Amino acid sequence: MDARTESDSTPTSSRTSVERKSEREIIVRRTFDGPARLVFEAWTKPELLKRWWVPKSMGMSFLACEADVRAGGKYRFEFLHPSAPTPVAFFGKYLEVVPHSRLVWTNEESNDGAVTTVTFEEKKGKTLLVVHEVYPSKEALDANGGMENAMPETFSQLDELLVDLRSKE
Amino acid sequence: MLKLNHMVQYASAGFDASFAAISDATRRGVLEQLGRADASISDLAEKFHMTLTGMKKHVAVLEQAGLVATEKIGRVRTCRLGSRRLEEEAAWIERYREIWDARFDELDRVVEELKRQEKTDGRKNRK
Repeated sequence: MDARTESDSTPTSSRTSVERKSEREIIVRRTFDGPARLVFEAWTKPELLKRWWVPKSMGMSFLACEADVRAGGKYRFEFLHPSAPTPVAFFGKYLEVVPHSRLVWTNEESNDGAVTTVTFEEKKGKTLLVVHEVYPSKEALDANGGMENAMPETFSQLDELLVDLRSKE
Repeated sequence: MLKLNHMVQYASAGFDASFAAISDATRRGVLEQLGRADASISDLAEKFHMTLTGMKKHVAVLEQAGLVATEKIGRVRTCRLGSRRLEEEAAWIERYREIWDARFDELDRVVEELKRQEKTDGRKNRK
């Protein structure tokens, strides 16, 4: 028997941590067991990126994954989602690319998309990865939080209703 | 009020009540204000240029929806954000975390594989 206690006592303990740093900012952290150059490679080679960016639980599948990873270069991800009649596209451009240490890109599929900064910090063969997203407003983060279709239904419904009501005002 | 009570009987009532509560600009303002700091009803009335009675009504709607909790200490009724609001925020963060967690579990596998490949390639190169 393993002496360690099972994780059920701390169900939310996980290697991924999320912090809402401010009304417009959210930070995700995770340490990977590998050097920064390999983690960076997995973020910058489309054929690798498409293997992990959309976890199976999201119910989406990649149609296209193009990424010209250099400052000013563009990316475009297209997915099929069972609830969307046509493919869903996410696109933008890379603002900064520093090999093995830093990536910054825009999210331009909506008017209130975030600017995403990812840093890779290697320590003793492990890499601390920090994803920092800055949205133009609190509302944009509330609405976009959780990424592709992942926003809690209550919030999306609430938002839709608010839009309805405002248009009637 | 009758309409609100009626809605509360339905399963989605909590949501409807929240929605009714925040469909009013003043009440949204009150929530925003309470997000910054707790306040008494008279503070709120003053801030929103409203009578005490008017503000009491707004706070009652927010309270019924679970968005605001009030507590009377002495002669002052203090308002703060209700637990439901906080729970929703915690749930929002948790949902966000789950997405990235699932994504990073897959990334773990990719990184593992790259490490293995590098090792194998390294061995080959030495030969």
